[in-house]
Amino acid sequence: MTFTLLSLNSFVQTDAPVEMADILRQDGKIYAVVLGLLVILTGLIFFILHVERKLTKLENENKINADSRV
Amino acid sequence: MPGNRIRLKWWKIITIVLLYYTVIGGFLLPVPRIPILNESIRLFYFHFPMWIGMTLLFTLSIISSIKYLRSQNIKDDDLASESAKVGFVFGILGLLTGMLWARSTWGAFWTSDTKLNNTAIALLLYAAYFVLRGSLQDEIQKARLSAVYNTFAFLALIPLVFILPRMNDSLHPGNGNNPTFRLFDTSHSMKLVIYTAILAFCGVGMWLRDILIRIKTLRRLDDETN
Repeated sequence: MTFTLLSLNSFVQTDAPVEMADILRQDGKIYAVVLGLLVILTGLIFFILHVERKLTKLENENKINADSRV
Repeated sequence: MPGNRIRLKWWKIITIVLLYYTVIGGFLLPVPRIPILNESIRLFYFHFPMWIGMTLLFTLSIISSIKYLRSQNIKDDDLASESAKVGFVFGILGLLTGMLWARSTWGAFWTSDTKLNNTAIALLLYAAYFVLRGSLQDEIQKARLSAVYNTFAFLALIPLVFILPRMNDSLHPGNGNNPTFRLFDTSHSMKLVIYTAILAFCGVGMWLRDILIRIKTLRRLDDETN
């Protein structure tokens, strides 16, 4: 157990530079990825709100919920 | 309710805000530089909350099942079945994200890791819950049998996913002789995003559960009037 931890520790502290998406960030292209995800997230949220609206309408027709918050 | 406008419940609004924070912070905030993991460490923000979400929903499901056995109120059975459905989806998503992560760090989509196999077994147990429900016609019989089965499935899930992998050798953090994800705690921004992501995805799960339950309630009403 101790050996595993020690070896892992030395592994983490190795001098070789760890590859990260630095170039992606330098080019600023990561923002395109985040923007794309934000578009998808916004689309999904609009869709779920659309479903909420439909459901609330049905519930009102059937007089299920006295509370107007959904 | 007037017009087509809807007023969202407070926790749904918070869920939306937290989701945006997760997506932006999860990709742009700094993460520790760890060999082999590299940028894939960011999958932690999306893989781990799936399991927390699954556990939350399966827990709500078994609570409703036990409630049903005491109350015989069909509404409790609806709560149990719809919670389990969303929990199952989260479990599948957790497995899929885990497989992608495993491919890029451990070298294979599926390893003989105890946690992977046990989780697959646990999800199959829940799949059997839906098969059981689908195979029974009588509502009361379906509710009672599946409530009892759900208790069994949950009691199997806990040791399979949370206890046994910790006693065996496993590639997962905190299992076998591995350090936990406390390794990541050196990074403050990681802590911020992971807690936000957990809350956000639990919110998503609760939201989906809420929608499924309301559909079920409407359907029951429809069955009664016809």
